[in-house]
Amino acid sequence: MTYSYYPGCTLKTKAKDLDRYARLSAEALGVTLEEIEDWQCCGAVYPMALDEIATKLSAVRALDSAKRSGRDLLTLCSACHHVIKRVNNDMLTNDDIRLKANNYLKLDSVYAGETKVVHYLEMLRDTVGFDKIRAAVKNPLKGRRIAAYYGCLLLRPAGVMQFDNPENPTILEDFIKAIGAEPVITPYRNECCGGYTVLEDKKIAERRSGMVIGSAAAKGADTVITACPLCLYNLEANAHGEGAPVVKYFTELLAEALGVK
Amino acid sequence: MTVNEKELAERVIEISGVNTRKCMKCGKCSGTCPSYDEMEYHPHQFVSMVEKGQIKKLMESKSLWTCLSCFACIERCPRSVEPAKLIEAVRLCVIRQQGANHMKACSVPDSIDENMPQQAIVSAFRKYSK
Repeated sequence: MTYSYYPGCTLKTKAKDLDRYARLSAEALGVTLEEIEDWQCCGAVYPMALDEIATKLSAVRALDSAKRSGRDLLTLCSACHHVIKRVNNDMLTNDDIRLKANNYLKLDSVYAGETKVVHYLEMLRDTVGFDKIRAAVKNPLKGRRIAAYYGCLLLRPAGVMQFDNPENPTILEDFIKAIGAEPVITPYRNECCGGYTVLEDKKIAERRSGMVIGSAAAKGADTVITACPLCLYNLEANAHGEGAPVVKYFTELLAEALGVK
Repeated sequence: MTVNEKELAERVIEISGVNTRKCMKCGKCSGTCPSYDEMEYHPHQFVSMVEKGQIKKLMESKSLWTCLSCFACIERCPRSVEPAKLIEAVRLCVIRQQGANHMKACSVPDSIDENMPQQAIVSAFRKYSK
């Protein structure tokens, strides 16, 4: 299976591990990720306003590139996935946004939401399958107690994201089981880490991420995993003190289990 | 409500696409908001104040900058009113004005450290300035 791959700006800079281990693991699982040419930053937040067109265009360019290749578009960063999936839904369902975006871009053919947007975790679950991953694991992470941190962007709004149950998701826990570790359920796994407010008031992110880390520590997790560079940053900045779990990208643990790290 | 406030209220409704009259005032949006304690006006108040046309008070509120865009109120609203879209629209009414950016580029170096991902800076610029 070959996907058009959208890495996004942070995966080329501060989150190189998220990208690198994803590529190595995909190769080990027989999945080809072909990076799309000339991709642009997605903007990192979905422009909710109905009259915001220009801020949606970079996502449409990536979507159209995958369409021209005849492939699904694979994303990895939670923010990129959120933006691109929601803009795609606008192109499919909102006549006004579709018309204006196409008028602006003047593509070879009108883009109307044809591309399927797939997150890396969805690819693992739906294309490869967790059973196959379990069979491919060379170094099962036995004895590791791992808390999944979903955050906001993969799950909500569920009607558009269609990623998992927004209140009781299981995909990351199933992933943790597949790599041989024990999932630890924490109450704040789908609550916000503080996100971009870290630039407005660091204390907001401290309080939010402190709760996430504190509850993971109290439940005896040694590791917290995420798919989002900003979640990782906020959580890591507040994971100090005795018994605090380490924060890792899920792809790093996958690569470790598959023996390609 | 002044003429100017009426226009502002109409603009907020137009760019958010929200129908405030669907709200049944259950308070679930504010109950689930992780930034509740950081806000002067809470998500349910955005709905009722937009309905009443009190946009200027909202435009001056620090609530605009502490909403996390986590979509909890959007997901959990039983009437699909989606208050975060109103907060976004009021925020845009502020930063679309000339010289009214909440975050200025020159302030960024003091707010970041070497580990901060690009995603954080891009997100903050998108939310806090035009």
